[in-house]
Amino acid sequence: MSEETSIDIDYVATLARIELTDEEREQFSSQLEDILDYFERIKAVDVAGIEPTAHAFPIYNVWEEDVPEPGLSPDEALLNAPEQRGNQIVVPKVVEDA
Amino acid sequence: MKDYEAVIGLEVHVQLKCDTKMFTRAAYRFGEPPNTLTNPVVMGLPGTLPVLNKRAIELSIQTGLMFGCHIAEVCKWDRKNYFYPDQPKNYQISQFDQPICIGGVVEIELPGPARNVMGEHREVKLTRIHLEEDVGKLTHYENGSLVDFNRAGTPLIEIVSEPDLFSAEEAAAFLNAIRLNMIYAGLSDCDMEKGQMRCDANVSVRPVGSEKLGIRTEMKNLNSISGVRDSVNYEIRRQSKVLEKGGEIFQETRRWNAEQGYTVALRSKEEAHDYRYFPDPDLMPVRVSREWVDCLHAKLPERPFDRQRRYLKDFGLPFTMASVLCQNSELGNFFEEAVTKCNKPLEIGNLVANDLLRELSAGKDAESQGLVLLPIKSGHVAELVKLVEEGVISRQIAQDIFPQMFQTGESPSTIVEKKGLRQTTDMAEIEGVCARIIAENPKPVGEFRAGNEKAINALKGGVMKATRGKANPAMVDKLLRKLLA
Repeated sequence: MSEETSIDIDYVATLARIELTDEEREQFSSQLEDILDYFERIKAVDVAGIEPTAHAFPIYNVWEEDVPEPGLSPDEALLNAPEQRGNQIVVPKVVEDA
Repeated sequence: MKDYEAVIGLEVHVQLKCDTKMFTRAAYRFGEPPNTLTNPVVMGLPGTLPVLNKRAIELSIQTGLMFGCHIAEVCKWDRKNYFYPDQPKNYQISQFDQPICIGGVVEIELPGPARNVMGEHREVKLTRIHLEEDVGKLTHYENGSLVDFNRAGTPLIEIVSEPDLFSAEEAAAFLNAIRLNMIYAGLSDCDMEKGQMRCDANVSVRPVGSEKLGIRTEMKNLNSISGVRDSVNYEIRRQSKVLEKGGEIFQETRRWNAEQGYTVALRSKEEAHDYRYFPDPDLMPVRVSREWVDCLHAKLPERPFDRQRRYLKDFGLPFTMASVLCQNSELGNFFEEAVTKCNKPLEIGNLVANDLLRELSAGKDAESQGLVLLPIKSGHVAELVKLVEEGVISRQIAQDIFPQMFQTGESPSTIVEKKGLRQTTDMAEIEGVCARIIAENPKPVGEFRAGNEKAINALKGGVMKATRGKANPAMVDKLLRKLLA
């Protein structure tokens, strides 16, 4: 494992909002570093002259007209909500203020 | 003591006037019961895929054209990753490095030295405009927060200015100009009370004469124009004071407390943003052809400030009247149509800017159904002005019959004939009425003869009443004075 692909597993876990045990930290660090190593191999491919793209096919303008279609009822929409109140999802208080 | 000047950049979020969401066809309307405007895509359920709203793309291009932006030939979609309960996917679909509109300017109008004097105009540079989806709405209560996803996924553009504004007044003028143009072109309703337009303000100060930008603070989600003006003013004063005392400004997000009028720093720990943008693999890019842009351009109205300049110059209208007529493109169209039928812009402008608007605001539904659908037509207003010009009716009668014209759509000539409102210029008839009024009102007659000039108004009023406004006022004045002499 090269130094430059070394991963800050705690930072990644914080961004992903997950808590890891020491065991998991070690396990996932090594898995993720394997993935980064694989990217190193991909980076070695000569792509000079190839236009960067996020898609394999040159397809553009996939869209629909602005016409409403039926959606979910509030009951259906909230089926997965752990807690609800007045047809709204209850989440732990999000504090914005200092 | 040094003098400081402010440098301000604004990010203005505007909801586009669409019936469905940005990436799915769930309906969007304001004011519906919570969580009634969702579908599996809005809820971010596994296996769902986004599909673009074509109208939102068109409205974004038109916004760019109103502000003279370069419309990108190709733009693409990126995921902005963060966790917050107002968006169920844990990413917001936005545009990162290839936005739909690039550059451009917003022409602003600053307040004049008096209400009836136009203030300075200036062009404020834009960085870009990108298109994204709005998030849901959170309501906080004691023990938790409530999430309503009705607004989640609504088409939202972000108009980003360069740090090219230099006072709170300019920041307010910038928002007013965006609002005016967007409403004018039918791209958004920009109702700030409904959250259809919101603003983040970046503010820094620097010693006057310095070229280098100071450290900036950001205030998020300002939801009124006065909130922007007041918070920016507060921040400028606060930062100047800190620097004056040799202190340091920290780059941070501050919340504006509108009730008490101060800003306060948010927890900086939450500020370590790492959005990890990457291209959304579910969405293909958009390619915009020259022909499409031209076609959308052709549907746009003249820009309101261009029209205002034309009204001032070509029609010689006073600023207040021109500015009222240019608040709304239909009103301007109505006015211009009437002027082509009767070339008296000042008189027509007066009726449209005062009488027509008053009637419109009296019937609150009428405004929403649009001027073209009203029974009153521009030709009727032109005809009314002609009737006054030709001496057929007095100005007062013209004003009196306007509400009836507005409500019934009858032509002014029809109303005048039906009600027998033709101005009387029959000298003998008017003289007879004058003599009778003088005989019946000894008190004002005595006062007038005793030198109270104003007392004649009571007699004039009596004559006008007796003739039901049909007597020519100038003639009445002349005859009364003759009889009283």
